[in-house]
Amino acid sequence: MPIEVNGKTLETDEEGYLVNLDDWEPAVAEVMAKEDDLELTDEHWEIINFLREYYEEYQIAPAVRVLTKAVGKRLGKEKGNSKYLYGLFPYGPGKQACRYAGLPKPTGCV
Amino acid sequence: MAKVNIEVPEITGTTEVPKIKPDTMAHLETFRAKPEFMEALGFPGEMPENWKEKAIEAMGDLLKKYRSFQVFLDACVKCGACTDKCHYFLGTSDPKNMPVARQDLLRKVYRRYFTLAGRFFPKLVGAVDLTEEVLHDWYNYYHQCSQCRRCSVFCPYGIDTAEISMAAREIMDRIGVGDKYSNEIIGKVHRIGNNLGLPEPALADTLEGLEEDVYDDTGVKVRYPLDEKGAEILLVTPSADFFAEPHVDGLMGYGKVFHEAGVSWTLSSYASEAANFGMFIGSYENMRKVALRIRKAALDLGVKRIVFGECGHAWRVAYAFLNTLAGPFDFLDPNYPVPQHICEFTWDLIQQGKLNLDPSANDDMVVTFHDSCNVARATRMGDKPGGQFEIPRNVIKAVCNNYVDMPNGTIREATFCCGGGGGLLTDDLMELRVKGAKPRMDALKSVSDEHGVTHMAAICAICKSQFTKVIPYYGFEMDQIVSVHQLVSNAIILTGQNEGGDEEETEEEAA
Repeated sequence: MPIEVNGKTLETDEEGYLVNLDDWEPAVAEVMAKEDDLELTDEHWEIINFLREYYEEYQIAPAVRVLTKAVGKRLGKEKGNSKYLYGLFPYGPGKQACRYAGLPKPTGCV
Repeated sequence: MAKVNIEVPEITGTTEVPKIKPDTMAHLETFRAKPEFMEALGFPGEMPENWKEKAIEAMGDLLKKYRSFQVFLDACVKCGACTDKCHYFLGTSDPKNMPVARQDLLRKVYRRYFTLAGRFFPKLVGAVDLTEEVLHDWYNYYHQCSQCRRCSVFCPYGIDTAEISMAAREIMDRIGVGDKYSNEIIGKVHRIGNNLGLPEPALADTLEGLEEDVYDDTGVKVRYPLDEKGAEILLVTPSADFFAEPHVDGLMGYGKVFHEAGVSWTLSSYASEAANFGMFIGSYENMRKVALRIRKAALDLGVKRIVFGECGHAWRVAYAFLNTLAGPFDFLDPNYPVPQHICEFTWDLIQQGKLNLDPSANDDMVVTFHDSCNVARATRMGDKPGGQFEIPRNVIKAVCNNYVDMPNGTIREATFCCGGGGGLLTDDLMELRVKGAKPRMDALKSVSDEHGVTHMAAICAICKSQFTKVIPYYGFEMDQIVSVHQLVSNAIILTGQNEGGDEEETEEEAA
């Protein structure tokens, strides 16, 4: 099911993840969030941007603990936990935030 | 990706056998693997035109290879003992999720093509032609079996539905019909070394972070080494242990145990996965290829022992098949089990009094233990029968003051699957996963209500992920699921740990 972003048609897989990671632009996240009835705030963008930076360096999404630790360092210790992240991304920070960030879905025993 | 609306079964504390509701799960078809992922595992990318002949040929091949497969197809007398034993039947009410009915989907085709009566008088013996509808049922219902083998415990002939479901998946893979979840993951192991696709730099970064965290917490430099040649022990653990919660808390616990044991150990980036999904799809070739990575890593690193982390089916592959798949392991130290389970390792140390434990660190919990199906019904630990049940419980009781078992009939060899095993831990099967967890949720509710149980510990990455995802549907919180070695990690007092005041030494016996 393709999505329309800024007049372009982008291919996504069965679960709504971008097929071509290079297709990503900030508007992709906005469009996907809108479909989930979610409004992206600066807090969401902090996470999305971190995921993209990490992926750029390591070619994989960060582990939950790596993510919470980084969030704690950047946004304050009280935010460095899964509860905060689930508050922002109710379908799971790993999966939902990765999708908005244009990353492939982390799959395995997770 | 709208959240699936699932009719969540009501839990009461006891699991009643439901009235059957035919075809309630007939719609649930897990995503198919794309051609490139099929081909990477040595399967055809698309269905060939002569797929029926090819499928029958594949069935014939498996019948020759595995005598057990033919015995299981021949032996069933339809006694019905298995019908109410499957968690997926109990949770979905779909009669095709009764083990005998699931087996019959393959059995009726076997009869048509491989038995005299079925060839000449198919109607008399319930034999049918292989058609697209039959294949559709195979695909849907053999991906609604978590290969947990609970039914086989109750079958008077010992028919193992898991083996039939593995064979069915292998037959389908050989005609280009495979599931996305398992097959993509196996491809990642072949390419990168683990299910998640974590490359070496990401592993190194994650482990370095754990060293920092443990140091911040305790003031002790516990190491989480990667690819260190000459280490005594190679730890092979599910990659979820690096990635997810509460898995990673267990990994931190293993490191603390090794640290206190004073042995050198290492993880391997090449064999950074204990799980072996080759078993789930019934593919000997893929299972062997995955297992051989462990052998190569052990040889390259020059280790003397192999220890497996908390992973259910990995322990089955390790305990039951590793030697024939990837052996002989004559280069390892014969004084230790080849391989050894982390719970065996920790329990040995506890018995020798080598761990300084403070079980009061877990006093905020009342813990119960979920026996993972593959560990419970396909393996053993230690040198006594039932060690796979006792040793994890002994470890928990040594580090927790409050332990309660769930009701008989739901634990040990009769344990209920978490609902996500056997290659079904994928979001597109969420409805099945939620409903299949019902019997375990009933048991958990019963001990929560009667004994105030607050946490359920597990020794399988799939169980932990499945439960954290599905228990909120039943009114529990995701952090009520814990790793066994997370409890160990909480209770262990490291040598030189900067804890305020002298901790009392408590050589703990069972609570």
